[in-house]
Amino acid sequence: MKRAALSAVVVLVLAACSPADVASTTTTGSQPTTTEAPASTTTTAPGTTTTTATTVQSGFPVSVNDDRGEVTIEERPEAIVSLSAVATEMLFEIGAGDQVVAVDDQSNYPEDAPMTDLSGFTPNLEAILAFDPDLVVITFDPGDLVAGLEAAEVPVILFGAAVTIEDVYRQISALGEATGNQEGATQANNTIEWGLADVLAGASDAGEGVTYFHEIDSTLYTATSDTFFGEIYGLFGMVNIADPADEDGAAFGYPQLSSEFIVSQDPDIIFLTDTSYGVSAESVAERPGWDAMSAVQEGNIVELDSNIASRWGPRIVEFAEAIARALRGLEES
Amino acid sequence: MSTAAASRASSHTRLGWAPPLLGACALVITLGLGLFVGAAGLGIRPVVLALLDALPLLEIEHGLSSVEQSVLFDIRFPRIVLGGLVGAVLALAGAAYQGVFRNPLADPFLLGVAAGSGLGATIALATTGNSALLAPFAFVGGLAAVAITYVLGRSVGGRTATSLILAGVAVAAFATAIQTYLLQRNVETLREVYSWLLGRLGTVGWGEVTQLLPYAIVSGLVLVGSRRLLDVLSVGDEEATSLGINVNRVRWVVVVAATLATAAAVSVSGLIGFVGIIVPHTVRILFGWSYRLIVPLSVLFGAAFLMLADIAARTLITPAELPIGVVTAFFGAPFFVLVLRTIGRQQ
Repeated sequence: MKRAALSAVVVLVLAACSPADVASTTTTGSQPTTTEAPASTTTTAPGTTTTTATTVQSGFPVSVNDDRGEVTIEERPEAIVSLSAVATEMLFEIGAGDQVVAVDDQSNYPEDAPMTDLSGFTPNLEAILAFDPDLVVITFDPGDLVAGLEAAEVPVILFGAAVTIEDVYRQISALGEATGNQEGATQANNTIEWGLADVLAGASDAGEGVTYFHEIDSTLYTATSDTFFGEIYGLFGMVNIADPADEDGAAFGYPQLSSEFIVSQDPDIIFLTDTSYGVSAESVAERPGWDAMSAVQEGNIVELDSNIASRWGPRIVEFAEAIARALRGLEES
Repeated sequence: MSTAAASRASSHTRLGWAPPLLGACALVITLGLGLFVGAAGLGIRPVVLALLDALPLLEIEHGLSSVEQSVLFDIRFPRIVLGGLVGAVLALAGAAYQGVFRNPLADPFLLGVAAGSGLGATIALATTGNSALLAPFAFVGGLAAVAITYVLGRSVGGRTATSLILAGVAVAAFATAIQTYLLQRNVETLREVYSWLLGRLGTVGWGEVTQLLPYAIVSGLVLVGSRRLLDVLSVGDEEATSLGINVNRVRWVVVVAATLATAAAVSVSGLIGFVGIIVPHTVRILFGWSYRLIVPLSVLFGAAFLMLADIAARTLITPAELPIGVVTAFFGAPFFVLVLRTIGRQQ
């Protein structure tokens, strides 16, 4: 701790000279006041300068709000365990990567994340505690994980699936505060916000009224407009054919559609998020009856990266870019 | 219900035409109903005209677009036919198992077919990640589990039916354990595997129908052909042997035929429970206790029952789908109790 304090002083001096840190301090709404994206502040190498610079601003202990309520973190965490692939992406994006000691078996991005065989789905309390964590970030509590960690006096942050883009900003900001990387979090949020704005501006009104089907698996589970990914399509003005299937929200926005409904709706574009399970544009075209659809005939089937299209993290900009590409393809066809 | 009860009261062994006629009517009505309803809402008149138009030598203007024709002929029709086939096979296998094991609770999943197929499906998704391999893996898994059940059953307790069933329980528990382990290690395949476990007809086409049909026909012929032998078996192994029947060979042939058909059905439709128990028992209660009756009638009513359940599965929360396994249990169980009570009172 002495060494940390010393380096904090050094950083304080450095930070005072750094013009980049003058801008924003805390991150509540994370709404950038300017619309043009300053290229200099977009994160090129997260985890280097910004991380150390922000150590200064963060006065621990801090309290952040997760899905359960207020969580107090006494000191800047230096041994974070992430059991959530999304949280892992967020932590590395905001520059908390070198504070992370272990991530779960699904956290395959970024590549330098210290993947272990810890499971976020069937977590083993002892295995987690073996890393001697001072913060654990999870997305799912199968029962008594939180209680067990708190009994061991390890602070836990639980963030479930984002429902809106605001949730993403909120989760990133909270992780920034909790790990002492507010500046990195602000930059990450700005990168997302400006990235999305950029993609949307480029797409103009190409998506207006374009109908689509977002396939989650080959049994035709899908996501409606009320889900996080549905919201992003909605930003383009696109129309989700699945919306009538879950008007009351009983399926939490993830209904299973019938094949004949999809074919009769004849969506303009089919987005596949199950490409890592042998589903491809070709296999979709071979499904019974699907060759009658215009999206199949005109080749408007988009194979998305399953990880990008299922995580509400920093890479949603890449997801939006894939949509924009698909819309360009639709205009050409 | 009253005519059915009457026919049962009038004759236990002599059949008359009423029960098969009733079964055929139920089959035709559900088939028709199934063709007319669906998420795409094609309308009754255009569907009738399009069906007539599809007959050879007939040219009729039906007004369906090419997409709507695809919906009708490539999606809705094969799904109904497959539902009927799967229902017929499962009910038939259930009746056969109940006869051959003299156990009213025997069902098509008895000898570990379900657990083995489930394991096969899970392996296909977890290791290869290719959902196209699900059906063949499920088929092989189901047959392998039953083969192991046989070997174990014979090695344990000679040739009684009980030891075979107990071996099936052990194999099923073991296969389920491996399956659960694999699912824990491959969380991302969870949804697809569960969706298969709950039964699915939602994404099938004629390809699945032609996959299942040969097994259904062969098994159907064998089992319907053995219906009299099942009656003889029902009096007991020794009595049947004294009547000059090779009990073990009959049991072996019947179980293999039923299992093969079940594995084939399960591999294309997933695990649709309840049909194999509900349908033969309903037939038994309504029409009589002879397997000469139960076996063929189970085919008709099994097909009708599953087609009806599938209509519910695809229309109740349209355009979303309900898992058909949920429907068969949810509606099948109360219906079965109702039948039991009604008959109980009348006696």
